[in-house]
Amino acid sequence: MKLRLLILTGLVAASAVCFAKANGAWLKSVPQADRERVNPYAGQQDAIAAGRNLFLTNCSHCHGENAGGKGSRPSLRSDRIRTATDGDLAWLLKNGEVFKGMPRWAGLPEQERWQLIAYIRSLNMKTPGGQQ
Amino acid sequence: MQSAEAQQEPPYFVTYSSVLEEPGNLEIENQNIAATPKDANGFFAPTVEFEYGVTAWWTAEAYLQGQATEHDSSVFTGFRFENRFRPLPREYWINPVLYVEYEDVSAADKSFLEIIGNTSITTQQVPNAALHQEVERSIEGKLILSSDAKGWNFSENIISEKAVNENEAWEFGYALAAARPLSLKASSHHCIFCRQNIAAGAELFGGLGTRYNFGFKQTEQYAGPTVALNAPNGFTYKFSPEFGLNDNSAGVLWRFGVSYEIPQVRDWFRRSK
Repeated sequence: MKLRLLILTGLVAASAVCFAKANGAWLKSVPQADRERVNPYAGQQDAIAAGRNLFLTNCSHCHGENAGGKGSRPSLRSDRIRTATDGDLAWLLKNGEVFKGMPRWAGLPEQERWQLIAYIRSLNMKTPGGQQ
Repeated sequence: MQSAEAQQEPPYFVTYSSVLEEPGNLEIENQNIAATPKDANGFFAPTVEFEYGVTAWWTAEAYLQGQATEHDSSVFTGFRFENRFRPLPREYWINPVLYVEYEDVSAADKSFLEIIGNTSITTQQVPNAALHQEVERSIEGKLILSSDAKGWNFSENIISEKAVNENEAWEFGYALAAARPLSLKASSHHCIFCRQNIAAGAELFGGLGTRYNFGFKQTEQYAGPTVALNAPNGFTYKFSPEFGLNDNSAGVLWRFGVSYEIPQVRDWFRRSK
């Protein structure tokens, strides 16, 4: 009986933790120290090319091959991504937003996550004519 | 069909890390084990796994398993259903995952997917016909702890199992592992045998006895290196020789596996893509 009560309490507690922050906007959760981190590969062509390979392998199935979004999964060519700092994006890749469908990518080495961010940044660069 | 690469999965056979299947992806894996234990017939035991990412915090998996023993017979040994839940929303220095499994497996099982309780490789001397009569239905729980630091993954599993169709004591086991890709940076070129696609590490696992007989006494213990190639075409190949560490264990368990990850299977069942 005690065991059943313990299991039930555990399940209820786990559910509470699971859904407590399901509606939080991820940008508000990024600590300041993470937000200020700088991409060591920013703008490097090699890193952008490597990031594109990583993107096609790991991200394009949900976000689309041109990162324009797919179904309910968001476009990565957006104002939100454009205005987020490299540190914001690094934090999102590491932690994910698991209760809204975005898995964590902490299993990818940090260098590869920065390469991905270099590529995503390159998608959101505006040309002089205002086109992306 | 496009493929997905299980690039962030460590090359473990027994140990679980906190990496879950990406939501909507289906991974099909064939995992095999072969051994020629002393004083027993050699055997080959394949397991087929279907792993599906239900959400970003929940992965479900089904196993079908069998074995073929030299100078004996081939038998289907049973099935397992498992679920893994990630209870915490963020990444921490150590990340827990909760694992719950139901298994319906005969005593002829030689898959060595985990080792629990008090066991000995000498059990393999018993013919399949006798072992196959004894079927154990059990609930297994694991606490999976996992950390990622500087490209390394460190994972620890604590295992407990209770038979539901027999009056047996709780049985315990453990698994520990560490692994790292050979390169932490991706190449700007497409390549199969790039160092970033190869991960290497080591595993240590074994039984911890029962509730009444807890410890390493009369248990099987194994350790060995493990390596995986995550090919960009969606296939992952894994290999590991695992060496027995005491007299209760087989000399070497040879493991090899191949898996293929199909991305976004759930899109096949959606009206608009």
